[in-house]
Formats: sequence, C-alpha cells, structure tokens
Amino acid sequence: MTKKNVISENGIRRNPPQKKGLLQRYAAAPHIVWSVLFIIAPLIFVAYYSFTDADGVFTLANISAFFTEKYLIIFFRSVKLALIATAICLLLGYPIAYFISRSKPKTQKVLILLLMLPMWMNFLIRTYAIMVLVQDTGIINSFLGKFGIGPIHILGTEGAVIIGMVYDYLPFMILPIYSVMSKLDNRLIEAASDLGCNGFGVLRKVIFPLSLSGVISGVTMVLVPSISTFYISQKLGGVDTLLIGDVIEQQYTASNYNMTASLSLILMLILLVGLAIVNHYSDGDGGGMMP
Amino acid sequence: MKRKLNETETFSETTESEQPPSDGCVAKTSNKIIELRNISKSFDGEPVLNDISLCINDSEFITFLGPSGCGKTTTLRIIGGFESPDIGDVFFDGARINNLPPYKRQVNTVFQKYALFPHLNVYDNIAFGLRIAKVKEAEIKERVTEMLKLVNLRGFEKRNVNLLSGGQQQRVAIARALINKPKVLLLDEPLGALDLKLRKDMQVELKNIQTKTGITFIYVTHDQEEALSMSDTVVVMAEGKIQQIGSPTDIYNEPVNAFVADFIGESNIIDGVMLEDFKVRFAGHTFVCLDKGFEKNEPIDVVVRPEDVDVVAVERGMLTGTVSSVTFKGVHYEIIVDIDGFKWMIQTTDYVAPEETIGLYIEPDAIHIMKKSEYSNMFGDYSSFSDELEHLSDITEDIEE
Ligand SMILES: Nc1ncnc2c1ncn2[C@@H]1O[C@H](COP(=O)(O)OP(=O)(O)O)[C@@H](O)[C@H]1O
Ligand SMILES: [Mg+2]
Repeated sequence: MTKKNVISENGIRRNPPQKKGLLQRYAAAPHIVWSVLFIIAPLIFVAYYSFTDADGVFTLANISAFFTEKYLIIFFRSVKLALIATAICLLLGYPIAYFISRSKPKTQKVLILLLMLPMWMNFLIRTYAIMVLVQDTGIINSFLGKFGIGPIHILGTEGAVIIGMVYDYLPFMILPIYSVMSKLDNRLIEAASDLGCNGFGVLRKVIFPLSLSGVISGVTMVLVPSISTFYISQKLGGVDTLLIGDVIEQQYTASNYNMTASLSLILMLILLVGLAIVNHYSDGDGGGMMP
Repeated sequence: MKRKLNETETFSETTESEQPPSDGCVAKTSNKIIELRNISKSFDGEPVLNDISLCINDSEFITFLGPSGCGKTTTLRIIGGFESPDIGDVFFDGARINNLPPYKRQVNTVFQKYALFPHLNVYDNIAFGLRIAKVKEAEIKERVTEMLKLVNLRGFEKRNVNLLSGGQQQRVAIARALINKPKVLLLDEPLGALDLKLRKDMQVELKNIQTKTGITFIYVTHDQEEALSMSDTVVVMAEGKIQQIGSPTDIYNEPVNAFVADFIGESNIIDGVMLEDFKVRFAGHTFVCLDKGFEKNEPIDVVVRPEDVDVVAVERGMLTGTVSSVTFKGVHYEIIVDIDGFKWMIQTTDYVAPEETIGLYIEPDAIHIMKKSEYSNMFGDYSSFSDELEHLSDITEDIEE
C-alpha cells in the first residue's frame, strides 16, 4: 500500500504549501501594526530600561541585582506557592473535569456555566471575597466558632495566598481538561472495559493519557499567572509572603523603572524557557486552550 | 442488497430441515455457551428489543441480520455487558450474568469503528488486554507476534494506529480482541466502513480466523449476502424481534414469513390459499407443493424464488405472462414478467424478448408456503423494481450506518 493511499483512506488532508495571494498578505497588516505597537515596542523599551541606569547609561547592575539573596528568596517563594497552588488546582480540577465530562449533556452545560460565572467578575472583587471568607472575623471562622473551634488565623499567611490562587485560577485548570475529556470517544472507554479494565484501570490506562494535553495546558494556565501575581499576595498575604510580582509593582510605584524592567524581563525569560520545555515534551495539542 | 446467491458456492446441499423454526433454542443444548431468555429493552420509553430468546452454541459463527435500527447492536451490547436488559436474563456457561460488568466477561468486542487507542502504537494496542491481565512481557511479545501473523500485519508493531488504512485498523482491532483468547468474540458490522473489494477479502479472512481459532463469533450485519456466506447460524431480526433462526440454507429456502423472504435474496411473494395438504392455489392456478399442516383453505403467503421458475412454451406453462423487461446479468437474464397484473421476477439462462408471451412452469419443490404474518402484503411485486433504485437504496443504507 502506498503512502498516498494510507493518508487518503484516513481522510487526513495534507495541504501543500501555497503561495500567499496579495489579499492574504495584506490581510495580516493590521495585526502586524498592532503587534509592533503593543508587543514589540514595549518589549524593546523593557529591554532598554533593563540594561540602563536612571541616566540612560548602559549597566548590568539591574540584572545582577536579581541574583542577590533578597530577590532570589522572593522568587523561589513565588515559584513554591505557585507550584503548590497548581498542584492543588490539578488535584481538585481533574476529578471535577472528569465528573462534568461524564454527566449528561444538559447537566454539563449548567455545570460549565456555574464554573464560568465567577470568572465574569473582576478578579480583584473575587480576591476581596476570599478575604471576607478567611479573615479572623470572617464567615469561615465565625462558623467554626459556633463549634468552639478557632479562630484559625489564615489571613496574612502563605496558606491564604494559596487559597486565593486556587480560587482565582481553578477554572483555568478545569476548562482545558474538560475540553479534552468531553471530546473523548466513549467507545474507547468501552473498549478498555471490554479488554479487562475496571473503572480505575480505564482512568489510568485510557482517560488520563488521552487527557494529558489538557492537563499540560491547564497546568500552564494556572502556573504562569500564579508565579507573577501581585494582587492576591498583597490582599491575602503578609509581609513575609511578598511575591516577585509584588516586588515588581513596588519598584514601579517607587518610579524605579530600570529595576522594574529588569525583574520583568528575567521573569518573562524564565517563564518562556519553562513553556518551551513543556511544549517540547507535549505533543503540541494543548486541548485548544494553549495560547 | 439483493443479488442472486451463487448456489454452488453457498449451498452445498439442499436439506429439507425439519427443525422447528423461530424457537430460541433450536440446537442441541449440550454445548450452548450463551443463552438470552425473554430479553426486552427500551430506550426513553421506546421499545427496542421485544422478547428476544436465543441460544448460541460454542464455536459457532452466528450472525444477527436485519435492517438498520432493528436492535442488533443493542442485543450485542447486552451480551458484551454495555447495556443491561429491562426484562429477561443473559446466561453465560449456565451462569446468569445480567449484572456482570464487561471487564469480568469472557467476551471481547470488535467495535463498529474499531475504537483503537490513539495514544498507543499497534503493538501496545494489541498487548493492552494482556498487560491488564499482568501477563509477562516475554509472553506478551510472543502472543502479539502470533496475532500479527494471524491478521496479516507482520512488521507493523511500531506503526501509529491513526495512520493505518481502514482495513489495517480493522485487523488491529480483531487482533486486540482475539489475543485475550475470549470464549466469544462480538463483531458489530466490522466491515461496514470498508470498500466492497476489501470487504469480500476480509469476509474470507474472518471466516478463516474463526475456523482456525474455534472461538464463537457473534457477528452483526445488515448485509444479507455477508450473513449467508459466513455464518453457521443466521438470526434474522426486524423491529426488535427475532423473525427466524436457522442455517443460511434454511433461512433462504424456508423463510418463515414475508419479511424474511423479502429481506433474504430476491423473491416473488404472492397471496395464496392452501386448499389442502400438498395443494395450493395462487395466481389463478392450483399447484402441487410439498407443504402440509395448514388449515383447509387457510390464506397463506407463497414465496417462489426467481431462479426456481422455468420458462417454457405457452401451451406447456402453468401460468402465462408477458415479458415487460429483460436485463442481462452475465450468468442469466433477469426478466420481469406480468402475470395478470402482478409482476414476477424470473431468472433464466435462455433469452426471451420483451413483450413476448411466455409460459411458466413451477416445480412442487420450488414453492414455499408461509403463514400469514404482520408482514404479509407489505412487500408488493416487482412493478417498481429497477436496478438503479436498488443500488441507490443500498447507498443510503450505508450512509445511515
Ligand atoms: N443509547 C441509546 N439511547 C437511545 N436510543 C437508542 C440507544 N441505542 C440504540 N437506540 C435506538 O434503538 C434502536 C435500535 O438500535 P440498534 O440496536 O443500534 O440497531 P441496529 O444495530 O440494528 O441498527 C434504534 O432506533 C436506536 O435509535
Ligand atoms: Mg448497529
């Protein structure tokens, strides 16, 4: 059987590369202008400020400052809290996504709507809501107080920051996983069951490997904003939960633009390298949710 | 799909079987492996299976045959454990298995559109069941190799299943099921998505595999030719009910009602009256036949197969008719003959001209008498018959599937 046959029988179309028409070429023009104005130009500014001092003289001081104890502690704390929050999101989100994808189509719609609903609110407001929940006189503690427990001091701890991250970013974990799972062919599940898998075996041998692209995309979508967040830690955390995002914001408010730029640049590069590694090891299908 | 059966190929003997038709357990009960007892099933209040009773013998090739939507897949899924009956029981080796989940059944399935695991290559797909059963890798390797040989896919171990052709995917699906040495293999229209040529080849291959392995095959198809050429036993279904169970020869020669007669092969189905034993009147003539046991003057349906009518000179004919069309079919001519306004289809090797008046002669053993049923009068004569239309209806059915 020739290669050509194999491809056509499967209905897989491989379009040969085409020469772009005039229209196609200029249709991209607005996008290019937009990119140059709002992505490339700012990046150049960031790079410029990173390598200069307040007087515009070239220096590496801003860059090397990041690699001092003060900033490294904060950076690794950001990574730690983000990783914990991501892990919790995955542990919570995966079963939820599985449950939603296995329910009836009508129920699925309702559940997804409920999931999206908080996302339509500004996330500052959501963060305030969490504050009200966890503060010493908050709903959780007054509820526990009825049973003579507490108050448990949450606000101002790393725990509160993690709760905030999980609350804010959980939907970003659930949605891509759900999106992959809902497309999963039910006959594959039946086939696995037919071949001797019990419920857990089906999950481990078929559903999990086939939803991996959704997991990768979910992890990325939670991890990246968690590492660089600043508002959550400011509202829910304390002095010793300062994150790298907070430091960048502080430097900006203090009008120290060179330090702001260098910290942003380094953070961005680290995230880009991380994403590139993840992309390299996943098969590139991000469940349609990968940016 | 109605085409004349090649008698020399399909029927090596023409037995006058005396087995009681349509009874769930026709065969000797000694080696039965599966029994369905009075199974009924509805979906959303819509009845889909209606009192299905059936025995399946060990090592037989049994086929569920019927038009699309008649409940074949549902019956198969009940045996596989993917659906459970509302009423009735499923027995496997004498034990009731109504509530046994699929992974505990000694049954494997070849799914309608293969359902291969896209994240595994050919080797890992086939090895799937053995890995679950915790078989040692060395033995797995040996058995996968053996399976690949059986399905003619040697050297395909590392291939990506998503890039295989339909026929190759089908073979992987069969190997993946067979490697577990199931007692029973369920196949749901396994060849439905293949083109005609490949389908014919795979039919032969599947039959060979079944004979070689001795595994009971339960096969689902809506293609009567496929059913007749492959099966030991055919179960004809319509509207969620079993119409007839029997060998391909029985089903073809002794259809129990008008539905079966019409669905299997070409047939002239005529209203008649059973005057007495061995004497039937239809088309304005009294014929001698081999059937008995009907009431005096009982209305019945007569079926006469197109190849069983002899064209003779008018004066020698029992019936006289006018030829309305002639189609050359290679081995024979297919002619439509108008007999008192009822169009018969007749196959003859001698050429007759259109508009010619001919005599027709029907031997007693060419006449088959059927009890009246709800399907009587549902199938008219061949007045609207055309090859082209027949072909078109085949296509729409294929798309539906
Ligand atoms: N899961 C289901 N839910 C609702 N209706 C179903 C379901 N499965 C089958 N049916 C209906 O049951 C009838 C028989 O289906 P099926 O057993 O697949 O027929 P066949 O395989 O003979 O074509 C069809 O009318 C089909 O629409
Ligand atoms: Mg079906």
